[in-house]
Amino acid sequence: MKDKVDVLIIGSGASGAAVAWSLAETKMRILCLEQGDWMKPSEYPSTRKDYEARLYSDFATSPNIRKRPSDYPINDDNSPIKVVNFNAVGGSTVMYTAHFPRLHPSDFKVRTLDGVADDWPVDYKTLEPFFAENDRMMGVSGLTGDPAYPAHQPPMPPLPLGKSGTRIGQAMNKLGWHWWPSDTSLATQEYDGRAPCINLGHCTPACSQGAKASTDITYWPHAVRAGVELRTNCRVKEILTDENDMATGVVYFDADGVEQFQPAEVVIVACNGVGTPRLLLNSKSARFPNGLANSSGLVGKNLMFHPWATIYGYLDEPMDGHRGPPLCVWSQEFYETDLSRGFVRGYNLQFNRGIGVATEAVATEAAGILPWGERHHETFRGLVGRRMSVGVCTEDLPEEHNRVTLDPVLKDGHGIPAPKIDYAIGANTSLMLDHAIARAKEILAAAGAREVHTMAPLMYAGWHLLGTARMGTDPARSVVNEWGRSHDVKNLFIVDGSIFVTSGGVNPTSTIQALALYIADQMKQRLATLFD
Amino acid sequence: MPTETLSPAEARDLKCLAGMIIPASTAYSVPGADDDLIMADMLQSLGRDFADVRTALANLARLAGGSFASLDPDRRGAVVGDFRAEGGQPLAILTRLVLLCYYRDDRVMRSLNLEPRPPFPKGHVVEQGDWSLLDQVRTRPRFWRDAP
Ligand SMILES: Cc1cc2nc3c(=O)[nH]c(=O)nc-3n(C[C@H](O)[C@H](O)[C@H](O)COP(=O)(O)OP(=O)(O)OC[C@H]3O[C@@H](n4cnc5c(N)ncnc54)[C@H](O)[C@@H]3O)c2cc1C
Repeated sequence: MKDKVDVLIIGSGASGAAVAWSLAETKMRILCLEQGDWMKPSEYPSTRKDYEARLYSDFATSPNIRKRPSDYPINDDNSPIKVVNFNAVGGSTVMYTAHFPRLHPSDFKVRTLDGVADDWPVDYKTLEPFFAENDRMMGVSGLTGDPAYPAHQPPMPPLPLGKSGTRIGQAMNKLGWHWWPSDTSLATQEYDGRAPCINLGHCTPACSQGAKASTDITYWPHAVRAGVELRTNCRVKEILTDENDMATGVVYFDADGVEQFQPAEVVIVACNGVGTPRLLLNSKSARFPNGLANSSGLVGKNLMFHPWATIYGYLDEPMDGHRGPPLCVWSQEFYETDLSRGFVRGYNLQFNRGIGVATEAVATEAAGILPWGERHHETFRGLVGRRMSVGVCTEDLPEEHNRVTLDPVLKDGHGIPAPKIDYAIGANTSLMLDHAIARAKEILAAAGAREVHTMAPLMYAGWHLLGTARMGTDPARSVVNEWGRSHDVKNLFIVDGSIFVTSGGVNPTSTIQALALYIADQMKQRLATLFD
Repeated sequence: MPTETLSPAEARDLKCLAGMIIPASTAYSVPGADDDLIMADMLQSLGRDFADVRTALANLARLAGGSFASLDPDRRGAVVGDFRAEGGQPLAILTRLVLLCYYRDDRVMRSLNLEPRPPFPKGHVVEQGDWSLLDQVRTRPRFWRDAP
């Protein structure tokens, strides 16, 4: 049997890394088990000429296509939106695009303000210092003064507007709508050992330059230096408990595929909104017949994705194209509730530069824009480098029928039952998507774009995995309490996106990490009474 | 593990089809996708697409009643029409392979005024753009909602 550790963290992604780093100062013995390995940036796609092809193979966003040994399959047949993620040290931040907005203050109080879903048991003010700490640790670039947000100071200047941002700014000013340079976790200067962005244009799936803040190069080096042990290629099968309903440790498969038991005083789950419910549901026992920490019956339920639309068109002159990070500017014009629009809550618009040359050809051929034969070359020259695209990130309200369960048949490489997703887009979100698509078309028209096309809902856009082990003060209506501790198992914590009560309408990672830092802080303050 | 490869007949059909998807152009001084170098890249890059490409080529041969490449040009055009009308994932993957290999060929990239190289380590330059456009937004009163 392995030596007992004080704290065992499962998953080394956005939240696992943040919590590991924050707890390291306690000098407790902290171990993180991660099913993937350290990545090698020298092998990332953008170091090779076939970089775009790898988006369809070993760097595909869907684990069902990518099929690396560290991936587990996901049955998402019954969902119009497919789960995308990455499984390695750094988790999905290795792959994310690094758009880094915070949830807005109103997002934490949706019941009070709008009469829908539930309020969070924490608020923006409480998280504010942790947002700032996370911005510093991840290295965020942006511009102070956005009227859509409470004031905050990103530590680095924003990405350039470029030709694309300038054109979008002109169009938005014409319409009188809000826009602002996006907060991103891309370094625009040398930062904490990271080189600045040199516009590889290929942030998703991974940054060879190291300018993008994936946690393998932000939190982890600091956490490891502070004494945290990160054990890779170790997939956790289940969490065990004793007769006092306390977690005793976990069973995992080591790098050689051998089953091991790792005892621990405290277990922290950070496997994301799909991996976490999967693990809890796989940890059933006589005392927890419906899965661990599931007396509320809510483990796996209320899955929220942020249904996404992409609306794109082409300009008559070259834009930044693939020669810059896709991220550019955002608009929060339609973020806060305005009932005259026919729905509650709102959405954020995310303006992107272009996509790679080959990806443009593949996408437009599939969309019926780029023909075969004689007209191919002329048409393509009117498309390449001229794309202007608007991404729509809608707030997804929690609905219990949207859920993660265990697939009765599908298993991963270690024989562990795989997750199954059942998901349908809600009526409110559908109205929101329609509204957003119409606004995006107005924006593209104001920018002078032609050949406007819409992809909605975007299929491989299950990148925000939220809500499947929600936090709350009522044990009958939530899985963890207001500081991340399971209501049922007093030494079990959850810190990833699954604890979100509602989704907000922006990308979640900044908030996921702020919450993880907040929970770590709460744990540090309560060390003597942690299990009371 | 040896790389799986297409039979000579399949490769001939693929080459013929690739040339119909993207023909050579003197106007733009570019080869077609049936160019020998691009074809060699495709054959080496089949990887996990091998089975789908093979299925697509089998469908093409079925519609052609034998070798697609041996048909006269008119008949080929008609067969391609049927092939595209049938659609399906294998066809989509075959087409993707052709496009991915074509749009990384040095000659093709140069004809698009792009340097034929991977993005790293040189990267690209993005101009700052016109920051004065933001003045209009800066003066807007805050519009995030206070939460009680
Ligand atoms: C293509 C793409 C683009 C995205 N773009 C953005 C963006 O622009 N902005 C944004 O805010 N967010 C973005 N995201 C989402 C972002 O990556 C996630 O919100 C964030 O990483 C979630 O953090 P997490 O800690 O919840 O989980 P993750 O970062 O996914 O980490 C979970 C970790 O747990 C490990 N794990 C799971 N199960 C086990 C097990 N049983 N045993 C051991 N280890 C396990 C996994 O291997 C993984 O490393 C994007 C994601 C993708 C895939």
